[in-house]
Amino acid sequence: MGLTTTARGEVAVIRVDGQLTVGNRQELKVTVQAGVDAGGRKFLLDCSSTGYIDSSGLGALVTIAKRVREAGGQIRLAGLNDDLRSLFELTKLDTLFAIYPGVEEALQGY
Amino acid sequence: MADPGALALERLPGRPGDGLEAALALRLPSEVGLVDTVVELFARHCFDGRQSSRHSLFRLRVSLAEALANAIQCGNDCDPAKIVQVQAELFVDHIRLRVSDEGPGFDPSLVPDPRDPEMLESPCGRGLFIIRHLAERVEFNEKGNTIWMTLPRR
Repeated sequence: MGLTTTARGEVAVIRVDGQLTVGNRQELKVTVQAGVDAGGRKFLLDCSSTGYIDSSGLGALVTIAKRVREAGGQIRLAGLNDDLRSLFELTKLDTLFAIYPGVEEALQGY
Repeated sequence: MADPGALALERLPGRPGDGLEAALALRLPSEVGLVDTVVELFARHCFDGRQSSRHSLFRLRVSLAEALANAIQCGNDCDPAKIVQVQAELFVDHIRLRVSDEGPGFDPSLVPDPRDPEMLESPCGRGLFIIRHLAERVEFNEKGNTIWMTLPRR
């Protein structure tokens, strides 16, 4: 997995390349926590280059979202392919996250 | 961590009479850092030279990653001295994937539904639920430390 963070105004856009799994979820947790510690409150995960996410990756996203919320911030997801989207719907995690088709849509009104 | 590059698949002969084209086997120490490498090895070789849909590859990758994570973390307590065994039986249109650990096993019927409101924000507990959704068939041995998953190969 590779993470690339880009600032778009107040929003930290984090692109997740490859897979988000039990083997690398910690890297994403550390990246978002560093953003929160630096005062960031708006995060957008760009999953348009993400191949697959396992349940550990989903669990990491739940933990990250909770930490961001507790800091008074929010997190949005964008660019999920059909398989990833179905995983979120299957596990009902689509009820915990604001999910947008693409990055530009997610940035509107953020 | 063990060198991921040292992981090698063993190719076993098939049984043409049963429709088994070939089998692949791998033994790995219980280290979560090896999961992605093992998943990609099996994803590449299970569909070697065949047309397969992106959806079938997704199902194989996620199901195997889940089963490996369960075996390494829950079964073998992340003890690198304990081994996880993976075997894939390759049939014409499906794959029978087996993952075994050295742990005491568990009762899969006792795993709670991760969609329950009190479970929804839990960081764990979704793996088996996802496997049951992605695989065509899921079976366990009596002890509960071996899982078989049947997945499409097309």
